[in-house]
Amino acid sequence: MKHLKTLVAAATALLTVAGSAHAADPIKIGEINHYKRLAAFAEPYKKGIELALGEINGAGGVLGRPLEFIFRDDNGKPGDAVKIAEELMTRDGAVMLTGTILSNVGLAISSLAGEKGYIYLAAEPLADAIVWESGNAYTFRLRTSTYVQAAMLAEEAAKTDAIRYATIAPNYAYGTAAVAAFKENLKKLKPEVEFVTEQWPALFKIDAGAEVQAIEAAKPDAIYNVTFGTDLQKFVREGNTRGLFDGRKVYGLLTGEPEYLDPLGDEAPEGWFVTGYPWYGFTEGPSKAFVDAYIAAYPDETPKIGSLVGYMTVQSIAAALEKAGSTDTKALLAAFKDLKVDTPMGEITYRGLDHQSTMGAYVGTTAVKDGKGVMVDWEYKNPVPYMPSDEEIKKMRPAE
Amino acid sequence: MGLFVAQLLTGLANAAALFLVASGLSLIFGVTRIVNFAHGSLYMLGAYFGVTLMHMLPGVFGFWGSILLSGLIVGLIGIVIEICVLRPVYRAPELFQLVATFGVILVIQDLTLMIWGAEDQLGPRAPGLKSVVRILGEPVPQYDLALIAITPVILLGLWWLIAKTRVGILVRAATQDREMVGALGVNQSWLFTGVFFLGSMLAGLGGAIQLPKGGADLLMDLNIIAAVFVVVVIGGMGSIPGAFVAAVLISVLNVFGVSYLPQSTLVLMYVVMAVVLLVRPYGLFGREEKAGEHGQVGEPERPIRPAGMRGRMLVAALLAALALVPLFGGNFTQVLITDILIFCLFAASLQFMLSTGGLVSFGHAAYFGGGAYAAALLVTYAGSPMELAFLFAPLAAGLLAIIFGWFCIRLSGVYFAMLTLAFSQLVWSLVFQWYDVTGGDDGLVNIWPAEWLSGTTAFYYFTLIVGVGGIILLRHLTHAPLGYTLRATRDSARQAEATGINVKRVQWVAFATAGAMAGLAGGLFVFSKGSIFPNELEIGKSFDALIVVFLGGVKTLSGGVVGAAFMESAKDWLTRLEYWRLVLGLVIIGVVIIAPDGIVGTLRKVSERVGLRRSEEFMK
Amino acid sequence: MTAVLKVENLVKTFGGVKAVAGVSFEVAPGELKALIGPNGAGKSTCFNMLMGQLKPTSGKVYLNGENITGRPPRDIWRRGVGRTFQITGTYQSMTVAENVQMALMSHHRKLFAVRPYAYKLYRDEALALLDVVGMADQADRACAILAYGDLKRLELAIALANEPTLLLMDEPTAGMAPRERINLMQLTADIVRDRGVSVLFTEHDMDVVFAHAHHIMVLNRGELIADGTASEVRNNPQVQEVYLGGGTLYEQETADA
Repeated sequence: MKHLKTLVAAATALLTVAGSAHAADPIKIGEINHYKRLAAFAEPYKKGIELALGEINGAGGVLGRPLEFIFRDDNGKPGDAVKIAEELMTRDGAVMLTGTILSNVGLAISSLAGEKGYIYLAAEPLADAIVWESGNAYTFRLRTSTYVQAAMLAEEAAKTDAIRYATIAPNYAYGTAAVAAFKENLKKLKPEVEFVTEQWPALFKIDAGAEVQAIEAAKPDAIYNVTFGTDLQKFVREGNTRGLFDGRKVYGLLTGEPEYLDPLGDEAPEGWFVTGYPWYGFTEGPSKAFVDAYIAAYPDETPKIGSLVGYMTVQSIAAALEKAGSTDTKALLAAFKDLKVDTPMGEITYRGLDHQSTMGAYVGTTAVKDGKGVMVDWEYKNPVPYMPSDEEIKKMRPAE
Repeated sequence: MGLFVAQLLTGLANAAALFLVASGLSLIFGVTRIVNFAHGSLYMLGAYFGVTLMHMLPGVFGFWGSILLSGLIVGLIGIVIEICVLRPVYRAPELFQLVATFGVILVIQDLTLMIWGAEDQLGPRAPGLKSVVRILGEPVPQYDLALIAITPVILLGLWWLIAKTRVGILVRAATQDREMVGALGVNQSWLFTGVFFLGSMLAGLGGAIQLPKGGADLLMDLNIIAAVFVVVVIGGMGSIPGAFVAAVLISVLNVFGVSYLPQSTLVLMYVVMAVVLLVRPYGLFGREEKAGEHGQVGEPERPIRPAGMRGRMLVAALLAALALVPLFGGNFTQVLITDILIFCLFAASLQFMLSTGGLVSFGHAAYFGGGAYAAALLVTYAGSPMELAFLFAPLAAGLLAIIFGWFCIRLSGVYFAMLTLAFSQLVWSLVFQWYDVTGGDDGLVNIWPAEWLSGTTAFYYFTLIVGVGGIILLRHLTHAPLGYTLRATRDSARQAEATGINVKRVQWVAFATAGAMAGLAGGLFVFSKGSIFPNELEIGKSFDALIVVFLGGVKTLSGGVVGAAFMESAKDWLTRLEYWRLVLGLVIIGVVIIAPDGIVGTLRKVSERVGLRRSEEFMK
Repeated sequence: MTAVLKVENLVKTFGGVKAVAGVSFEVAPGELKALIGPNGAGKSTCFNMLMGQLKPTSGKVYLNGENITGRPPRDIWRRGVGRTFQITGTYQSMTVAENVQMALMSHHRKLFAVRPYAYKLYRDEALALLDVVGMADQADRACAILAYGDLKRLELAIALANEPTLLLMDEPTAGMAPRERINLMQLTADIVRDRGVSVLFTEHDMDVVFAHAHHIMVLNRGELIADGTASEVRNNPQVQEVYLGGGTLYEQETADA
């Protein structure tokens, strides 16, 4: 095991030496994603990456060399992703790996990264296990943790006098974790709440009419929604038609993200408290600059949260490379610890504690404006106060 | 009471789209015996065309007109598929066509993405039917009531078409006895085309009619196909009223499942399917299949012989080359070949029961994934050493196959296939749902081999020995009395029973053997990847194996292995392209048309024709 | 001397219709006995009950004194009964010899063996049996390309593989040319003589029946109306009625389908 890691390190070092001989050789990053399987999410993400690459390389690249991403499609299969990761690292000369939206693919690559000593920046996976229960020394994560976003919604929910809650979440690991985090945080803040029904539609196979009926039958005061994508569309439509949301406060995890809000058009729910990405509301600063640059680069598009994550992924990697001063794995690994990166969201840090970035989240209330769903009265929240305590995290992370 | 009625109505409304798609699939299967995997894709196309047309055609007439037009367009697309892709392969072994339809799925997926883009499309709402009606105080959407009214009309229409018209008589005749239709002097290929049009149109209608309750997205093709199969099987393959009853049954059950067993939604459908098949093996309204119809279409398989001197030398040379790979090939070449070998073993295990035994399993992934999970669970919870866990994989998978096999072998043909599918889905949903033990969708991670196997090269050799060993073992079994007995039960179960062979027991042994060997492949897989997720138990995984066996040649011994190697290599190479699914789909369709006997079968024929190889003496 | 086969009051009803309505008879050792009757008389139903393909509604079947009623075909075969079918059921993907070897493997209980190569097992015995039916020269041809008459002969060889004491042959000459029929029946008669096997067969061709059978039984509408030597049967008024005067010849065949 140890031998192997030294070997890999040596090989990487050799590659680096070979690389530095030609200063203009690009630094390659292996990017694995489900470009086809989840095209709606992966395409804006890729555009964000390409935008950032253009900017960085336009300004002379990193360490005097251009930065290059090798995009590979895993078709959403963890097994294929692991194979591609090996290819990127051992044949294509990538210095590290990044990518993935699906949690299971992220976890698979993370496991490989830990075993083989490859650095992996998990860009978008939602499962917190990737940095906590299944965390390892070589894996970092950019996207805001699910636990934190749920805690933000719970904090807001605790302010109201709603007691009876219903939850609806897709029936897989992410949904389960998102509901558990919301319940935990809400109970902590307001012990008298009760959860009167929990609905678990199969992912992308929701039977919306039945779900709405079941929730209605439980007569909750408020609803916590974790469904997204087509499930959300169907849920919102049936809920609107049948009056489920009348007089009820709804808390929606990710519901405010343009990926999910845009397709709803003028049927977007109003008055939900959600996490999301209100790019249309920025007026100044780096967040606005990113939006402008994105729209300038892609005139037919508006930015999605994926675009932002893609953009920040490149920024993070570039920052790590600059800090490391080389593409050597050891140096990069050291650089990622407590790495500070300036992003459109402000400065974020890759915490040494659990390798999770301090990317925060926008929370706000949904409304319909000009026939489109938007977030209003939003604010940016720093994630740190919502994280589990350091001790709890240390307990969750496996010993290294 | 009000709620109960409202739930019932919701279930009935949900049944509409499901019934339309299922009746189309059932009709196509009944007449042409084609298991059309691409039926979900036609449903998806119906939805996309519907959305586009509804935006162009306003008003009530525009809305309903769009639905009809979408059905018509999809029906025409069905004709194109039938003529271009399926007609050339009707003479191929039964079920071979499903490989072609798999290619069609890939092509349609990419074309849809190209044309309509990635973003989900919200379905327009039906003009004039946007609000609710209060029934016993419960709100029921007007459109739901419209669907509840429309479905029986379509059912009646189909019934009239099939019971009262000449076309219907032909369809019924063909469903019961295909030779009959030929004997009646009917042009069979036009009948097939017509049925394909009708079936595709129904799928397109289904896609368009559900728009006000959802929309069009790129995942809906695969999302509906499993449910559609369940409906068709429960109703009875080829039975339209059966499809209706089953669609209603499943939809209503789902609605009540949501209310009373919210976490059960994944598994409920398959439990019902398994129970129905065990009680009524041919579905609620299905008929017993004609004996000998399965696997025996086309020219009979040839007698087999163990490889001769030349063949053995060739294999030895290939193995020597593989053994030398680590010296010359890079790290990734070893990783890739490891992957291919594992898939080859998996495919070979399926081929053993499918080709040699005539037992078509649609759920072989249960044993591959089952073995992998068994090993991973042992490592995760018992901290067992890798060697022990690895041995446990085939044992556990074999045991699972013994249990499921006991039920499955009671059925035959396509119903056997469907029961294997139901069981594999049960395993999948159990693993997916039992989060505390299996990690659910987040899987089990950090399942790495022992120290002495942890290097890529070490594991490569390990896979080479175990994988090739497994394949050779299966091949030897085929030539041994056990394999011959199995072939005997496939060729003529009646003759086998009449000469002292316990057909069911032989099939059971074959089922268990194939399961154990799939589990062995699963064991290799989990330690090569370091993690395992429910994906490896999905329908898609079972179909991957099925497809390569047919692609390689179902009436050959090495088809599965060759097909698997071909497919894995093609995928590895093609996924680098932007529209790789389109290209891969076209490649598969191309291979299917050029090589209707599979890659190996066709190569054998061609080389005989050009004189490179003598036709075996027993064919003279 | 006990009968090889003894049938007592065998009945089979299909949804109220009596296909076989209480048939009793015996087959003596070394006897070549024919069961004839017009279409739909219940011959095949009767045969299928003897061999276990159908379970009788009532009645008993004894083989060498042992009650075998309702046992599955494979059990009955193991007790020394060989069978040929009206429509042949050979293994298409095997060679002629392998078809016989398969039956021999079953007889020697080697079905689940995993070590030897099957094509080498009991080959000599198989060739010997093929020699009996005159098929040795075709031993290595694929079964799928055999002529129909050859398939029938092959089936006979297979039926001999378990050293049977009784052969049940359902329409052994159906679909054959007249010349072939005579040959096959001669072959059967030789086997009865040489091996001491008893044979019960059904047949349409009366020439074949009256030329070779030691005894003939006539079945009509599920009932046995005659059982005796050729001349006895020929002179039986009931039989004459059925074959010459009656209109039952072309009755629809319900049970035999």
